[in-house]
Amino acid sequence: MEDIVLLQAIERYLDGSMLPAEKAYFEELRRNTPEIDQMVVEHNMFLHQMDSYTNTLSLKHTLNDVHAKLLSYGEINEGGEVSTKGKVVRMWNRYRKVTAIAACVGGAIALMISGLFAYLSPVNNSQIQELKREVEYVKSKNKVTDDKLNEVVSKIPKGAVVTGGGSGFLIDSKGYIITNAHVLKGSSFANVTNGNGDDFKAVIAFKDESKDLAILKIEDEDFKIKRNLPYAIKKTGAELGEEIYTLGYPRNDLTFNQGFLSTQTGFNGDSSTYQLQISANPGNSGGPVFNSNGEVVGILSTREKQSEGVAFAIKSKSIYKFIEQLKNTDNDTLYQHIKMPSSSSLKGMNRKEQIKKMEDYIFLVQAFNKK
Amino acid sequence: MKSELNEQALLKGLAENDSKAIETIYKENFNTIQAFILNNNGSYDDARDIFQEAMIALYEKVQSNSFVLTSKINTYVYSICRRLWLKRLQQMGRYSGKIENLEETISVDEDMEIHEKRNAEFAIMDRALNSLGEPCKSLLEGYYIKKMDMQELSKAFGYTNADNAKNQKYKCLMRLKKLFFTQYNIGE
Repeated sequence: MEDIVLLQAIERYLDGSMLPAEKAYFEELRRNTPEIDQMVVEHNMFLHQMDSYTNTLSLKHTLNDVHAKLLSYGEINEGGEVSTKGKVVRMWNRYRKVTAIAACVGGAIALMISGLFAYLSPVNNSQIQELKREVEYVKSKNKVTDDKLNEVVSKIPKGAVVTGGGSGFLIDSKGYIITNAHVLKGSSFANVTNGNGDDFKAVIAFKDESKDLAILKIEDEDFKIKRNLPYAIKKTGAELGEEIYTLGYPRNDLTFNQGFLSTQTGFNGDSSTYQLQISANPGNSGGPVFNSNGEVVGILSTREKQSEGVAFAIKSKSIYKFIEQLKNTDNDTLYQHIKMPSSSSLKGMNRKEQIKKMEDYIFLVQAFNKK
Repeated sequence: MKSELNEQALLKGLAENDSKAIETIYKENFNTIQAFILNNNGSYDDARDIFQEAMIALYEKVQSNSFVLTSKINTYVYSICRRLWLKRLQQMGRYSGKIENLEETISVDEDMEIHEKRNAEFAIMDRALNSLGEPCKSLLEGYYIKKMDMQELSKAFGYTNADNAKNQKYKCLMRLKKLFFTQYNIGE
């Protein structure tokens, strides 16, 4: 009982509700009785603990509310419908050890294979040239078209070092852009601009140097999800002699070029690429190659140094394989909902009309590093 | 300059537990963190846990008197999340020694230490409160957390008068303190 009275007094003392005379008396008591002094200190500390506990608790509530709210507004996404999610999570929990081991083994094998490929691959051959825009090139552009560039690169943070650039295009209207991995070489950030000059921040979601493919994801409030992409990405191959054309950014403006599919295989007989007869320039890397129906048949990536007008494009089939591979690896959850357009709404239109419809979906990719 | 001011305002909002500010910070940072966790062996639930813990760490930081944030909010949040996730992976024995780095990071060692201490204190208080039993737990929560006054409390719990409720509250408080300090001093 005495303890309670004392505790009550300490609490009143600490919250300042004691009358002056009472307070003076209590302070006197504190000075003369070390035990009581200790109790006051201890209780004060305890009340602080209670306070920070209360604050953290209410922050946790707020965070959960905010999470639920943003989830319902679609600002954040936890993948898939709720009904399937439970199942997936359960499966994941059950098999995660197995998956992890499988992934490790798979990863090791993949590394070995990619090492072998890197060793044997012709990409590093000096006879072909990657069509990435070099920094110097971008820099000199800066001087010439100063005003324009200011407007275009406004979302690249000040002091960022632009490491290179190229082209890219949407493969899913949710903001997934495909481009060449070499366009992003040595950089960790990217900025994309479409044919209308709309500028968006993007993150490098995935890149595979051996396939020379990379996925960017637009992470920008200004980016509005469009319902459907006008073009299709072709699952089957293109025909020898087929007329093709490309759109890309060898300059800061969307640039058109046309040509023919000249060989079903690429440099040194590489069967994952086509050889094209087309004029391609640094900056065209990562740009789409279309057939006359407005279907993507390839991704322009390299050109031969010696001969004029010989370029190589990664076959569109490889995009499907690439995405399929992403979906099958174990840290895939982000990519499960990528869905690529398989039918083109551009069939039968003339080329000018087709290009007008595509402008918004083909991007200038600028890769940079923050200082 | 404008964005700097804006960030300061957001942090001030966070310190006051203002849901608008929290929502803005959440919206601007969650997706990056989620992508990072998912890309590194984590699940959606992990992403949520880690991100919210980082928000709490940031909250603790802005609450302290010596508060200076030397980086942008997103860099700070990312750095904390990265540390938290590395630690979690190590605990689960799934750390592969390779973590994909999408963003720049800053050193957060000191803050992590403080956060871990606070986290432990939170857990001790939580455990102490939960092992208290009813009606002690609700009574104390009512007074200290929901800040109800004794009159309301005695009514809500059915005490005949506020004095009795108060008496009971002090008895409960003494038990809670004992539970808390036993645990706390073991931890020290």
